[in-house]
Amino acid sequence: MDMLLSSPTFVFIQVLNSISLGMNLFIIAAGLSLIFGVLRVINFAHGVFYMFGAYIMYTVAQDLELGFVTGVIAAAAGLAVIAVVVERGLFQWLYGKEHLMQLLLTFAIVLIMGDLAKVIWGTDQLSVSYPDGMDGALNLGITFYPSYRLMLAVIGPVIFIGLFLLIERTRWGRLTRAATQDMEMLSALGINVPIIYVTIFLIGAALAGVGGALAAPINSPTPGMDATIIVECFVIVIIGGLGSLWGTFVGALIYGFVFNFGSVIVPNWQDVFAFLLLMVVLLIRPWGLFGKPEREGH
Amino acid sequence: MGWNMPRGVLISCIVVVAALAFIPMADSRYLIDISTEILVYVLFALSLNVIIGYSGNVSFGHAAYFAIGGYANAILLTTYEWPLILSFPTAVVLSGLAAAFVAYFCTRLTDIYFAMLTLAFAMLVWAIAFKWRSVTGGDDGFVGVTIPELIDGRVPFFYFTLIIVTISTAVLWMICHSAFGQTLVAVRENITRAGFIGVNTRLMRIGAFVVAGSFAGIAGAIFAMYNRGVYTESAFWTESAQVLIMTLLGGMYSFFGPAIGAATLYLLERFANEYTQYWPTVLGVILLVIVLVLPEGLVGLAKRVRERLAGGN
Repeated sequence: MDMLLSSPTFVFIQVLNSISLGMNLFIIAAGLSLIFGVLRVINFAHGVFYMFGAYIMYTVAQDLELGFVTGVIAAAAGLAVIAVVVERGLFQWLYGKEHLMQLLLTFAIVLIMGDLAKVIWGTDQLSVSYPDGMDGALNLGITFYPSYRLMLAVIGPVIFIGLFLLIERTRWGRLTRAATQDMEMLSALGINVPIIYVTIFLIGAALAGVGGALAAPINSPTPGMDATIIVECFVIVIIGGLGSLWGTFVGALIYGFVFNFGSVIVPNWQDVFAFLLLMVVLLIRPWGLFGKPEREGH
Repeated sequence: MGWNMPRGVLISCIVVVAALAFIPMADSRYLIDISTEILVYVLFALSLNVIIGYSGNVSFGHAAYFAIGGYANAILLTTYEWPLILSFPTAVVLSGLAAAFVAYFCTRLTDIYFAMLTLAFAMLVWAIAFKWRSVTGGDDGFVGVTIPELIDGRVPFFYFTLIIVTISTAVLWMICHSAFGQTLVAVRENITRAGFIGVNTRLMRIGAFVVAGSFAGIAGAIFAMYNRGVYTESAFWTESAQVLIMTLLGGMYSFFGPAIGAATLYLLERFANEYTQYWPTVLGVILLVIVLVLPEGLVGLAKRVRERLAGGN
């Protein structure tokens, strides 16, 4: 606490840490929010997708030594393939069914893929090294800051803008938004709605994969990492408002700040702060900061 | 307890409880342990069904109340040396109060939002249990729970559990078949219409949540003594998922469905663990079967089979 008041440099570093963490989480939570926004499915498997992203990064960049960028691309591609299999093989049977059944289906995927990861990568903690030229710190004038974390803080907004343009400014994005409003009408107009659904699921899963790959040098891939990340992502998307891209972006930033400064002010209690924040937000706005009230089911 | 209980059901219940009462005669530690644990999970799953089957909301954080009941009972018994007769009811009341607090927030929402919020609150409980090391023991767990002499021992503890679970189940049956329970079903079937005829739907949903939380607290309080410890995992969301699966496997639109589901899933896990270390995969496959083939659970399946047989004659 004293540190916080006395040293502007320390505060500056904490601000950067918060943004960096928030942006890493944004990449993952954006996928969850996107899938919910269009498919109306809460994807519990998103955490395990993230974990697979981190493991694929380990295999490609560390084991096969094919480089960091290849690792990120491989993680995205790997998750895209998994997403298509899962969506076509399982999910498509459950659209329009009870949410509970969809939720359970995603949980079944969590269990099966979790075991699969143990079979493939074992149960040890694996370490992934920083990409070349990013293992050091960058001189920002007032202080040095790890360049890898700085890169994370930049990639987040880039992905945000990319997603925003895709959804808001392209014909395909308009069709996607129409699909959330009235899927039957859209398909009556001759649009191939299943293709839209599978593509959204693919993009969402790929984002989880990329998020996992980028987190791998910081959070060493290990079994169980899926269970923690999914709860963090849930907190972020509920704070921001389910299905809202802006909300997820802002929610991720807020989460980053609360988590980081929470751990500075009262060490070890940062998780509790995040949940308290969630409660406060929901007291004031039950649908989250940028969310819209849900439509009545009947 | 004959509150509209059909004679057939009443007789089946008496037979099951009487049969259970004879289990210690078999003189098998293994059998007594399994039976005690199943009884706890039966109560836990039955309590969750008040929210899911009766009020029609899905709680994904039910483990929180199980854990609160467990921690409260363990801490009061051990750290504060309260007698069981005080610590047990206090633990149950605390679980109920926690449920009321959470329900106040969650019932502002419905459906998916409700489920996610219950999950978030449960994780808050988990985070507190994890970090508040001086009181809960943190990730080492709260161990060395003091057990009152009277029930200290495998057989007496089994009878203690059997009595508490039987009474709790009877009370739950009465609650679910009272005017309150029937109103909950009305809220589940059509919340708008229930509101139109003057039902305070939000209060009803909070009521269901409190009942469910309190009975989960009873199950947790028993389990803490049985295990002689409470661990943070008991509040983790995967534990909530487990009890949800038990409830759905049995069948949520039947009062006793979750009990059957709890016993079935527990036994499956017990046996699967003897043959494979990949119980999660087995559970995942069971889930896929529930979701794709048996959305109404084992009770629904039994009904369908019976109807098919009756139709065949």
